[in-house]
Amino acid sequence: MKIPLTLKKLFRRRIVLAAGICLLVVVLVALLANVITGYDPNETAVRERLSVPTASHLMGTDELGRDLFARIAFGGRYSLTIAALTAFGAIVFGTLFGLLAGFFRRLDAPIMRVVDAMMSLPDILLAIALVAILGPSMLNVVLALVLVYSPRVARVVRASTLVVRELLFVEAARAVGVSTGRILWRHILPNLMSPILVQASFIFAYAILAEAALSFLGVGVPPEIPTWGTMVAGSQQYAHEALWIVLFPGLAIILTALSLQLLGDGVRDLLDPRLKKSL
Amino acid sequence: MNSPITSSNDPSTADTASTVSITPRLDVRHLSTFFDTDEGLIRSVADVSFSIRPGKTTALVGESGSGKSVTSLTLMRLLSRTAATQVSGQALFTNRAGETLDLLALPEPAMRRIRGNEIAMIFQEPMTSLNPVFTVGEQIAESVRLHMGLDRSAALAHAQRMLELVEIPAAAQRLHEYPHQLSGGMRQRVMIALAMACNPTLLIADEPTTALDVTIQAQILELMRRLQAETGMSILFITHNLGVVAHHADDVAVMYAGRIVESAPVRELFALPRHPYTQGLLACLPAQQRKRELAAGEVGAKRRLYAIRGQVSSPLAPPPGCAFEPRCDHALAACREAMPALESAGPHRSARCILVRETATVPALPVETA
Repeated sequence: MKIPLTLKKLFRRRIVLAAGICLLVVVLVALLANVITGYDPNETAVRERLSVPTASHLMGTDELGRDLFARIAFGGRYSLTIAALTAFGAIVFGTLFGLLAGFFRRLDAPIMRVVDAMMSLPDILLAIALVAILGPSMLNVVLALVLVYSPRVARVVRASTLVVRELLFVEAARAVGVSTGRILWRHILPNLMSPILVQASFIFAYAILAEAALSFLGVGVPPEIPTWGTMVAGSQQYAHEALWIVLFPGLAIILTALSLQLLGDGVRDLLDPRLKKSL
Repeated sequence: MNSPITSSNDPSTADTASTVSITPRLDVRHLSTFFDTDEGLIRSVADVSFSIRPGKTTALVGESGSGKSVTSLTLMRLLSRTAATQVSGQALFTNRAGETLDLLALPEPAMRRIRGNEIAMIFQEPMTSLNPVFTVGEQIAESVRLHMGLDRSAALAHAQRMLELVEIPAAAQRLHEYPHQLSGGMRQRVMIALAMACNPTLLIADEPTTALDVTIQAQILELMRRLQAETGMSILFITHNLGVVAHHADDVAVMYAGRIVESAPVRELFALPRHPYTQGLLACLPAQQRKRELAAGEVGAKRRLYAIRGQVSSPLAPPPGCAFEPRCDHALAACREAMPALESAGPHRSARCILVRETATVPALPVETA
């Protein structure tokens, strides 16, 4: 009863609806990859290499004759999983440390100096170093990206916590006898949901791109796992003779990232009670 | 130790408490609050003593920065630990069971059980004192669940009863609304409902009507008065509005620069203010001015409304003697030497002025001509 109404409000804006549908399609294609594609993503057919999109190969084939649509569909599973795990991990750690730094003044300096140090390193460089140390695997890529993106979340969450903790309702909650832990969890955290959600949608999108970049540079997931990033990376030298090889995985990355950001915007507007009226 | 009178919440028995022998609900003794700032140690509240009788209202009056709110926050122990505060003195609170506890010495968990349960608080700003992301019902229910151990649905039902108690129309519907959907007056009613939810024995109201317009102010005050009559709770009323004090308080303590300069039962204070600052405050009221003009037979004379000259001295550089001396029309040389003690000025009242000792009354104020 309550959820459909919320969703109705969320999708009242057409652009958000479009983003939602787009994302739903991407997720469904990834989930149903083995049903809707007739090919194994790693099955090579050298005679059909660099085939233009046809009825049997909807998006054409790559330099080894692998079906691009199958690779994008199966690759979606890996790309989306990496991005989702990264966003989740970065939000959990970033929010935890941001909340603590923002609320307890004594923890502020120690936590934020570490955050500053991590942020002073270029993202990709830090991720490359971490994957190089940990070894290339999907889990290690996620771990490296979580470490790269947590400090950003921590910064945003700390800044918002500093504002919210001074609001009168926090004092009012204290005056009602609410404990510090409960104030943090029940009173401050929900007020931070909109910046956190915006960060989550950004990080989700960034993580798809960062995984692509890592794979492109050869320190991402192992090449036998088809991710959108490895596909662009592996095929870019054939782009001049077969544009679709990089076009379709690139489009998948762009569409997914864009949809996520639009959806994140919509959710933020919905969660902000002050904007509820205008929606 | 459980005397039937102190443990009772019945207003009729509380009435007999006007004699001094009854244990006060709250007895504050020599309360001082210091803030350690970069500019030095600031004494925000200095040696404040007052008491609140069961079922009665004590008003703490003073201008901005006189230490009223710091006093209330100190009593609730809500000053943040990071603000580097130092507190001394005693605040003896008698709870429902008749036990007397020192609020300033209680461990934090025990204090948490008192906050919102035995002692509740209403704030000045109803617009920001409710959490914007929860419905008002959830916020009232939180306090109820915390202190009365009710489950979610029982707590929400209790919250609805509380909203009905504070005369919010369509309470069942309002329960599920967010603070931004309510007007300022409605939000203050919700705050009162939240404060009253666990049937407190002491309500601290820190300028509860300052942010509201006058008609809503009257309604809110009437509501608080009705709730007090029904529950027998005591109220610590913090305000700078003397009109409100005259109508709603039983006892008054006037604060100036962190100190109590005069305390008295409300009628006596308004009839015969003893401290020059209190006299000045009362003289600032237009109605008092009119009364003086009538008495002098100068009806309709155009006179400028009286104002206390000068401004409050900085807490960083307090005057050597009486804090009010630089602004006082009756200042003597002796005023500059030492802070006068709070001296008895009749039964149940006292004033911090050397003139109180020397003469029965301080000379009446001159009315300035425009």
